[in-house]
Amino acid sequence: MHARLIGELLDTVSNAVINHAEELTALDQAIGDGDHGVNMTRGFEAVQAAREDLTGKPLNEALQAAGMQLVMRVGGASGPLYGTLLMTLGKQLGPHPPDRRALATAFANAVAAVQARGKSRAGQKTLLDVLIPLQEALSREESIARLREIVAEAVSATRDMRATRGRASFLGERSVGHIDPGARSSQLMFEAVAAVLEAHHDS
Amino acid sequence: MTARVGIVVVSHSHEVASGTAAMVRQMVGTEVPLAFCGGDPDGGLGTDVAAILAAIEGAWSESGVAMLVDLGGAETNSEMAIDMLPEERRSRVVICNAPIVEGAVMAATEAWGGACLDEVRRTAEELSAG
Repeated sequence: MHARLIGELLDTVSNAVINHAEELTALDQAIGDGDHGVNMTRGFEAVQAAREDLTGKPLNEALQAAGMQLVMRVGGASGPLYGTLLMTLGKQLGPHPPDRRALATAFANAVAAVQARGKSRAGQKTLLDVLIPLQEALSREESIARLREIVAEAVSATRDMRATRGRASFLGERSVGHIDPGARSSQLMFEAVAAVLEAHHDS
Repeated sequence: MTARVGIVVVSHSHEVASGTAAMVRQMVGTEVPLAFCGGDPDGGLGTDVAAILAAIEGAWSESGVAMLVDLGGAETNSEMAIDMLPEERRSRVVICNAPIVEGAVMAATEAWGGACLDEVRRTAEELSAG
């Protein structure tokens, strides 16, 4: 049961990212250096290659190990950022799937760790502009359906933001008018996790 | 005499990192511990945490290591690599907020003269204070 849940999470998240690699690359070509899709694909292919090892671990250790794969394989700033998210979640959670409150607390700490890693905050047109509203909504114990809406709105809201962190910041005002690729990849991963958790909840 | 501070160059491009290191070697010589890396784990443009860790190891000095990095991801990956070092080494590695080529040459010159880690960093960072 446990290994199955971890396997489904890994597969669904990996597939969501890899299947949208071209879209992520196109978004990144508009305001960055166009490698987000390739980098994230490399990271999640490494996660897939480690699948057997990861699914044999308790949840907290699997998250830390998956995060380390992203850190070591992505090759761009998103590696340490998403890697830190997963590794901190792993450190915060126990070996078994958490209840909602424990998940909300762990996720809040993980998002804080990503902020520290990226020396970034809300409103700078980064993945944090999705992760922070998601974290706040989780703490309010919103429904998964509502979380989806909040995340989708958060991604859209990055369109009008001006980038002040990362490569896109070189573009200044010209970064306005494009969705942030990191915000979009965060949405893809959230949606994948939400789908798995919903399916398990229903079964 | 205490060991000279080591210099690590991290670029998105292997050629930029290699070329920067060659300039340091020619201008400062071979007495300063120096290592470099560039490229993502598949060899494309990007940076690689494992390669950065290996470079820090390669340039390791008991007096510490000053790093010169290029664009954003190189800095984030370098900070990640520093956090993955054994605790007793972590505080002895600094990232200089300086242009990569000029910063590497200035930092290495200062390191060659026997300056401590903080002086090496400050000298490199004067370039961007301008």
